[in-house]
Amino acid sequence: MSKITDAFKNGKAFIPFVTAGDPCLEVTEQILIEMDKNGADIIEVGIPFSDPIAEGIVIQEADIRALASGTTTDKIFDMLAKVRPQLSCAVALMTYINPVYVYGVEKFMAKCSELDINAVIIPDTSFEEKEVLQPACDKYGIENISFVAPTSNERVQKIAKDATGFMYCVSSLGVTGVRSEIKTDIGKMIQLVKAVNDIPCAVGFGISTPEQAKEMTKYADGVIVGSAIVKICAKYGNDCVPYIAEYVKSMKDAIR
Amino acid sequence: MSKGRFGRHGGQFVPEILMNAIIELEEAYEKYKNDPDFIAELNTLLAEYAGRPSLLYYAEKMTKDLGGAKIYIKREDLNHTGSHKINNVLGQVLLAKKMGKTRVIAETGAGQHGVATATAAALMGMECEIFMGKEDTDRQALNVYRMKLLGAKVNAVTSGTMTLKDAVNETFREWTTRIADTHYVIGSVMGPHPFPAMVRDFQSVIGKEIKSQILEKEGRLPDVVMACVGGGSNAMGAFYEFIEDKDVQLIGCEGAGKGVDTDRTAATIATGTDGIFHGMHSYFCQNEYGQIAPVYSISAGLDYPGIGPEHAALHDSGRAKYVPITDDEAVNAFEYLSRTEGIIPAIESSHAVAYAIKLAPTLDKDKIIVINLSGRGDKDVAAIARYRGEDIYE
Repeated sequence: MSKITDAFKNGKAFIPFVTAGDPCLEVTEQILIEMDKNGADIIEVGIPFSDPIAEGIVIQEADIRALASGTTTDKIFDMLAKVRPQLSCAVALMTYINPVYVYGVEKFMAKCSELDINAVIIPDTSFEEKEVLQPACDKYGIENISFVAPTSNERVQKIAKDATGFMYCVSSLGVTGVRSEIKTDIGKMIQLVKAVNDIPCAVGFGISTPEQAKEMTKYADGVIVGSAIVKICAKYGNDCVPYIAEYVKSMKDAIR
Repeated sequence: MSKGRFGRHGGQFVPEILMNAIIELEEAYEKYKNDPDFIAELNTLLAEYAGRPSLLYYAEKMTKDLGGAKIYIKREDLNHTGSHKINNVLGQVLLAKKMGKTRVIAETGAGQHGVATATAAALMGMECEIFMGKEDTDRQALNVYRMKLLGAKVNAVTSGTMTLKDAVNETFREWTTRIADTHYVIGSVMGPHPFPAMVRDFQSVIGKEIKSQILEKEGRLPDVVMACVGGGSNAMGAFYEFIEDKDVQLIGCEGAGKGVDTDRTAATIATGTDGIFHGMHSYFCQNEYGQIAPVYSISAGLDYPGIGPEHAALHDSGRAKYVPITDDEAVNAFEYLSRTEGIIPAIESSHAVAYAIKLAPTLDKDKIIVINLSGRGDKDVAAIARYRGEDIYE
């Protein structure tokens, strides 16, 4: 059992996302500590990218703020080296393939292993291209999280077959961002995954309220929330930490 | 290794949500590219609507003035909509229609590809939406109005550096929100497979025509074929037919902006490094952490931080050579060709003309250079005037 799959043993999992370095890495460090204390089961730490094509405007702007504040992959690793021992939950890094590839996939995964980072979540590397990551992930014991989307149809089977850690189920068409309504038949999507592989399924894209989270966990083993949290960072800047703590608690309480 | 590779470049690096769309496209393209009816229909459009074949013009005054190799100009500027972009767009929009799509979306830099897409959409009765960086909608305001006139909706992209790469980002994002009825008409030999190969195939008519035209005029192949390179579609179209003709030198001319030793450049082969972006493995202008660089060129069409994967492979193998051309050199060439031959070239194409001006005098008079003149320069006149200090606005 990996730390990632263990994270789904404490009831339904709450998986909050935060863009590292927004507004600055010192604040991110505090956010991670509070997320952990308030019930996060896995924290998704975003390495900002200049051109995040799967993100809506909220996370795009967070990436711009983070890069403008001088955030780099190495500085994020330094911050994680300091804060990781204080966190009891699992930690995943979310970014795009280019920052990982240019850093050196091997060097990147070795660093993750050294710092007890448990997974990577890289949306622009399709199932067909996973070989660019998989050997180094396997070597260092880092889960390379797979995605299924409402358009995946018959692909779900082969993706699920190889998936490890948890399955990232994309709730809707489009990019990340808060949605008032999720129309995809999440139950069916998860059923298709589980028919092939008994892996935890977490739903992301568009979830922001405790009610939505509760609704999603009727079918899913966990929910992933990004934009709603990043909005709090944008609104309160350096003072965002207590607001995020409160939000994480409310979300975990709703699905506990 | 995944599909659509050119050496180690290419591939299909897209979010899962788009995978079935590009697989569907790949299957449709494989089916129709050898379908006699599809080919006949496309060829009719190219001949009757776009005005193909385009002329291969012997630039006698320029040849004499430079005093070296004989210079021919492939007149893609004479195509309907004023550039080579129409070749690819007619192919893709026709294909999209066969696939049952009713809406096309596209990115554009200078506006040439956007205008071509809007044109084909109007012709074939498709809904059309264009994404263009805010900086480019300002630089190329006339093209924005042109697209609107053709019935397209134009979205000014305000994210990132507000130029071509951001327009590509935004068009990908738009595609993920609406896939079932929508085809993304990528304008260059870039993006995930099958786009680089498909766009090259649709553009390869350029090189095929060059070959038959030069054989007719000169009875032999040229010594050099040169073209400007942003993503690289006009260059790939001109080069492809000649790849096996090893004696034909292939030269791509990149937008060096203020120079490759400055950070105001878009010369990817000269300054870029290995990366994976916009669906493909290739070379990109980026920093040590893989953050894509805010590139710059006077030419909105070359203002792109990457290059198509097949060009990257041609560079690796040494089959094609890539040279940087600065803004100054391109503007001089823009004026030179206007004055010398009475042809106003697009500022993109002027990069190829600029290298011909450098190269021709160094070659013997029995050598032959073909410049692929990818587009006409009407769209650039106001910007060049301003570059020269004139107070002219469109």
